[in-house]
Amino acid sequence: MAVSRFCPPRKSCHDWIGPPDKHSNLQPVHFYIPENESPLEQKLRELRQETQERNQQFWANQNLTFLKEKEEFIDSRLKAKGLELRAESGQKATLNAEEMADFYKEFLSKNFRKHMYCNRDWYKRNLAITFFMGKVALERIWNKLRLKQKKTSN
Amino acid sequence: MAASPHTLSSRVLTGWVGGCVWYLERRALQESPRRFLHLLRNVNQQWVTFQHFNFLRHMYVTQLNRSFNQQIKPKPEPVPSPFLEKASLDEAKTEIYKMRPLSPASLSLSRKPNEKESIELEPTPVIEGSIAVGTETKEEKQWKEMKLRVDDLPGILARLSKIKLTALVVSTTSAGFALAPAPFDWPCFLLTFVGTGLASCAANSINQFFEVPFDSNMNRTKNRPLVRGQISPLLAVSFAACCAVPGVALLTWGVNPLTGALGLFNIFLYTCCYTPLKRISIANTWVGAVVGAIPPLMGWTAATGSLDAGAFLLGGILYSWQFPHFNALSWGLREDYSRGGYCMMSVTHPDLCRRVALRHCLALVAMSAAAPALDVTTWTFPVIALPINLYISYLGFRFYRDADRKSSRKLFFCSLWHLPLFLLLMLTCKRPAAQGDAGGPQS
Repeated sequence: MAVSRFCPPRKSCHDWIGPPDKHSNLQPVHFYIPENESPLEQKLRELRQETQERNQQFWANQNLTFLKEKEEFIDSRLKAKGLELRAESGQKATLNAEEMADFYKEFLSKNFRKHMYCNRDWYKRNLAITFFMGKVALERIWNKLRLKQKKTSN
Repeated sequence: MAASPHTLSSRVLTGWVGGCVWYLERRALQESPRRFLHLLRNVNQQWVTFQHFNFLRHMYVTQLNRSFNQQIKPKPEPVPSPFLEKASLDEAKTEIYKMRPLSPASLSLSRKPNEKESIELEPTPVIEGSIAVGTETKEEKQWKEMKLRVDDLPGILARLSKIKLTALVVSTTSAGFALAPAPFDWPCFLLTFVGTGLASCAANSINQFFEVPFDSNMNRTKNRPLVRGQISPLLAVSFAACCAVPGVALLTWGVNPLTGALGLFNIFLYTCCYTPLKRISIANTWVGAVVGAIPPLMGWTAATGSLDAGAFLLGGILYSWQFPHFNALSWGLREDYSRGGYCMMSVTHPDLCRRVALRHCLALVAMSAAAPALDVTTWTFPVIALPINLYISYLGFRFYRDADRKSSRKLFFCSLWHLPLFLLLMLTCKRPAAQGDAGGPQS
């Protein structure tokens, strides 16, 4: 994945987000690791990293499978019709939307359980990530206030 | 947001007059169906974003003027938010984004439906050739720092809250308020307006929060703020809370508790029922129709304080309208739904999809006849609404019978102008306040 190749500028202390991935269409995030990363921040970052990887894997696989099975479906239908796979002009022969409807229906029902599992997983992770983001934000505010207090007392 | 005719018209969408402006705009859009088409290939949102369309149309024209050395047709590309990317498009960026072209559907009416190679697995034709050396740096240029800039925030929040959809929701609420048999009270109206708007913003934000990976895989929704990392999920949820709490509070204590309860219920229905249901069962369409029906109900209860027959009629009209509108739209998105895992009638039960659309077109006719019977309008209304009702029913029948993209598109386009016109006609034929007419009891 493109994330590993990317190197953010040294001065930056933010996460960086890249272009949509070729296969999964998801935009990868390069997470910034601060020097004084707290355990909570680390936990959050690792959770986000893991979620990103799982999503990437799922959607890349999903999209590739879709394309592959779509091609297979078109080929089998064209063969059944006795048509050539390529027309005279060299263009790939295709089926219209109504003919593809059977494939779409079949693909959706075949993948239903996979999606159910993925949805549940995604919802849980999304909520957990957001919850931890809230905790981290509060932690940071708390630290800032403590620092200010120390400064004013000194 | 860049100033555009539509931004202005969005602001003007206040009160029931909004319906007119919106209607005129839709008509303007209808005159450019070709470029408009690709925007219809979308799942979640039922309303087209005119600004997005304008931007894309500009891109399409710009691209056609460049001569690319490639095998596939140039496609308009979804330029990312103008907020993060102040630099204008350079060719390299254009190439990289070619990896994810918009559905080629957009460009020509004559295109075959199955040319939707928008699964984006075609290798970028240009990069792999001559400019491979520069690829890495160019790709690296695509990386954006996830730093929130304050001046970008309004635009980001507007897109997060689906401001245009919100404007339309508020228009239907205003129509409900205006049609209610009570004297038009401006303070109450404004409170309802703002409260409903805030509630809608909150619901839309949560919807986007839940759907990030799914939105990434659909052409229209892939430019949403959370998908692009322009805003963090925490901020999105906080924003939603900051809209929901004052919104519902305003409705409950500023208007009346019934309206507040309806608003809260609708937020719940949309975010916790409709959004997850989209991926579980086709029942989501019916739930979504109820979500669309509640705002005019809220407008009515805001004005009268009670839910009576007229309120339910108005709700019923919006409910029925959702079906020809959405079912026709979803007919052209079957591939995206299938790939993305969305359970929609158009994929799983295509016959039902068309039957339901037709059924509800006819229900609209019946309800316009019920309007005078329930003292909402005069008897002129069903008469003058008959032509448009018959027309949409006819298109519904054609869609039912032909089951093709052409008929689905026609039905969808018709639904876009049918509703505002229908509501406008209702307003013009509103039953005048009780002046001793034998029409019956008021509210």
